[in-house]
Amino acid sequence: MSWTFSGERPIYSQLVEQLQLRIVTGVYPPGSRMETVRELANEAAVNPNTMQRAMSELERRGLVFSQRTAGRFVTDDPESIAALRAELAQEKIDRFLGEMRKLGYEKREVVALLEREERT
Amino acid sequence: MNEILICRGLAKSYGGPRALDAIDLTLERGRIVGLLGPNGSGKTTLIKLANGLLTPTAGEILIDGDAPGAVTKSKVSYLPDADYLPDYMNLRDLMYMFRDFYEDFDADKAKEMFTSLGLGPTDRLKSLSKGNREKTQLVLTMSRRAQLYLLDEPIGGVDPAARDYILRTIIGNYSENGTVLISTHLIADIESVLDEVVFLKNGKIMLHSNADELREREGKSVDALFREVFAC
Repeated sequence: MSWTFSGERPIYSQLVEQLQLRIVTGVYPPGSRMETVRELANEAAVNPNTMQRAMSELERRGLVFSQRTAGRFVTDDPESIAALRAELAQEKIDRFLGEMRKLGYEKREVVALLEREERT
Repeated sequence: MNEILICRGLAKSYGGPRALDAIDLTLERGRIVGLLGPNGSGKTTLIKLANGLLTPTAGEILIDGDAPGAVTKSKVSYLPDADYLPDYMNLRDLMYMFRDFYEDFDADKAKEMFTSLGLGPTDRLKSLSKGNREKTQLVLTMSRRAQLYLLDEPIGGVDPAARDYILRTIIGNYSENGTVLISTHLIADIESVLDEVVFLKNGKIMLHSNADELREREGKSVDALFREVFAC
C-alpha cells in the first residue's frame, strides 16, 4: 500500500484516513508495534509534525495507544477495529449514494441495481 | 525562547530598488518552512542575510537572539544555491573539513548516508555526477545537528528520484527542535513536507501560513495558490 496525497486537502486528514485504512485492513495488525513517527513520516515523505498530529488523532479515537517506553501500538480491541471498519464502510456508502443521486437514481433504484449485480 | 529566526523591518538594497522591503518574519523551532517565490523575489537575499553574507540596509535579523556572526554560524547549517566546495577534494577530506569547522557535525551519519548512496570516501567531488554532487552537499549540510537549516534551492537541477531522496534526507535528518527553511519555486515537489509556507513577491511577504490550514481554507494546493498569486 503506497502513500498518495492530493494537494487540495489537508495532508493531516489524508494521513488519518490512510492510517485508519491500514489498521482496518491489517497492514498494521491489532496489537502490533508501530514504527516511530519519524520513520513513518520518512516512509510517507510527509512532515513529522503532521504525522505526529495524525497519530495523536488516532490515539484520541482509541485506535492506537502509547506505552511510555515501549512505543506506540495498534489497539488490540476487536470492537474498536470493527467499529472503525463499519464507519469507513458507511462513508463509502454515503459517497456512492451521493454520486448515484447526481446521476438521477433514487435509493430504491440503486438497491435494485445492486441486487441484480449480486445475482450475476 | 521558541523563536529561532526573527526579522524586523528587514530591508536590503543593492543600490537600486529594494530586493527585500521591510519584512517582518518570525520562525519558530521544530518547523519545516517553505520560502516560496519566483526568481528575483528575494529568497536568496533573505537567506544570505541570515548567514551574515550580506548586511541589512535597514532593520534587523536575529538568529536565536543574536545578529548573524560567529555564534550564529555554529547553529546554522547552510546549503548555498551553487556548488561551493572545492571539487578536487574527496568525500573523506570533505568530512574532515566539516568536522574541523563545525562541532555539531556527525561524521558517522554522513558516512552512513554516503554509503547508502553508493559513494566511497575516496570519491572526488569532480568525478561525481551533478545529481550526486548536489546530494553530497546536502548530506554534509544535514549531518550537522544544527538549530536552523537554510537550504537554498536544494532540489534545483535533479531528477524526480533524486528529489525524493533529497526530501527524505531532509525529513529524516534534521535535528529535533531544529527548523528547516527551504527556498524553492518547485512547490508541488515539496509541499507535502512543509509545516508552513512563506510567499515572497518583489521583496515583500505576501503570505505566511500553516500549509494544512491554507489547504483547508482555500480548498486548493499550495502549488495552485502560488500560481494564482504569482500569475503573470
